[in-house]
Amino acid sequence: MDPLRVTLSIFIDPIKYLVDLPAILVKNATDTVISYEALKRENERLREEQLIHQTRLLKFAALEKENIRLRALLENSFELGEQVLVAELLSINTAPYEHIVVVNKGTRFGVHPQQAVLDANGVVGQVFRAFPFSSEIMLITDPNHAIPVQVNRNGLLTIAVGSGQLNRLVLPFLPSNADIRPGDLLITSGLGGTFPKGYPVAVVDKFASQPNKAFVNITATPKAHLDRNRELMIVWSNSKPIPLISKPTANAPETSTLINE
Amino acid sequence: MNKYVGFGRIALTIVLAMGLRIAPWPGVLADFNPDWVLLALIYWSLAVPERVGIFHAWTFGLLTDVLTGRLLGQYALAYSLVIYICLKLHKRLRQFPLIQQGLFIFFCLLLSQLLLFIIMNIQHPAQLHATFWLPVLTGTVCWPLVYTVLRFVRLTRRTQ
Repeated sequence: MDPLRVTLSIFIDPIKYLVDLPAILVKNATDTVISYEALKRENERLREEQLIHQTRLLKFAALEKENIRLRALLENSFELGEQVLVAELLSINTAPYEHIVVVNKGTRFGVHPQQAVLDANGVVGQVFRAFPFSSEIMLITDPNHAIPVQVNRNGLLTIAVGSGQLNRLVLPFLPSNADIRPGDLLITSGLGGTFPKGYPVAVVDKFASQPNKAFVNITATPKAHLDRNRELMIVWSNSKPIPLISKPTANAPETSTLINE
Repeated sequence: MNKYVGFGRIALTIVLAMGLRIAPWPGVLADFNPDWVLLALIYWSLAVPERVGIFHAWTFGLLTDVLTGRLLGQYALAYSLVIYICLKLHKRLRQFPLIQQGLFIFFCLLLSQLLLFIIMNIQHPAQLHATFWLPVLTGTVCWPLVYTVLRFVRLTRRTQ
């Protein structure tokens, strides 16, 4: 990270927060005038949602354990869990032709470039530059961005490139006989090391097969709400895998102690 | 010296221009957002050339680079070149009517945008949309506004 830019950013970041101020004021104003009924309804909805997620998590924990056991059988390593930090978007627009957004968390919170950024629905992008008080995030739809993905159904690996449109990714490197169908979910493959494995990225759009061409023209719609979310999650993925877990024997060591939850 | 304009006031207007530069204009309007920083710098270099020079243009250009996340020095180069031309011609430009001045501003903005275009094209070619050139037009249209507002800022100071 060039030190000059970081030093200058200390003078520049107040401007960013200043420009964001009206948006915050409007949000606060709407928050104060929200009715009791609406709050109650929202609370109820959130409670229900939480219950559903809790139940899903129970199952998820069991599946994770099972996955570790199976990987141990395969003499494969397992990666540690991830940590997240919630960052809020600053409503500013640095360059209209680029898909780069600015959030209010920076190196003071330990953010560093090339960290993955998610929202509640999927992958949003990666940290492009980190300053002390803010950081720039490149969205997956930026024309300069590419993300290694795999088809969730069959594990087919490919790369999704940003198209410059907020609702579209392009998959330019698929041969015309590739096993991919409209509606397939693309998840991060974890190759390349920037994005943690297994997060949803996009859903494949409808496409027409072109048997006369070597590569098909396939597009996908990002799962994340790139233009609507104000809260994003910056992920610390511990890319250092746990060293080999020994095969479970008669008196198997408890593997769960190794998992950092 | 009654023509004295405090540099604090000049810097404040340019900081406000920087704020406008990154303001989130709704929808399509974002493409039209003109280069307010350059417009303010041009005004000050024409009005008080003894106080705003190439060094200031370079410094604020560098800050704009950081602000908009560009390659460091890109705006610094474009701004200092444009301000150099403005300083060379400021005596003649002050005599021009606003329309004629507007034409000159148009070419200044075009020159700056052209330099940025060349630099960005070297970085990663052929990814700029045609809307990249729109701020030049809107900047020219906004020039009378900038001129009036900044003139007001400058003259209220003088009467104090």
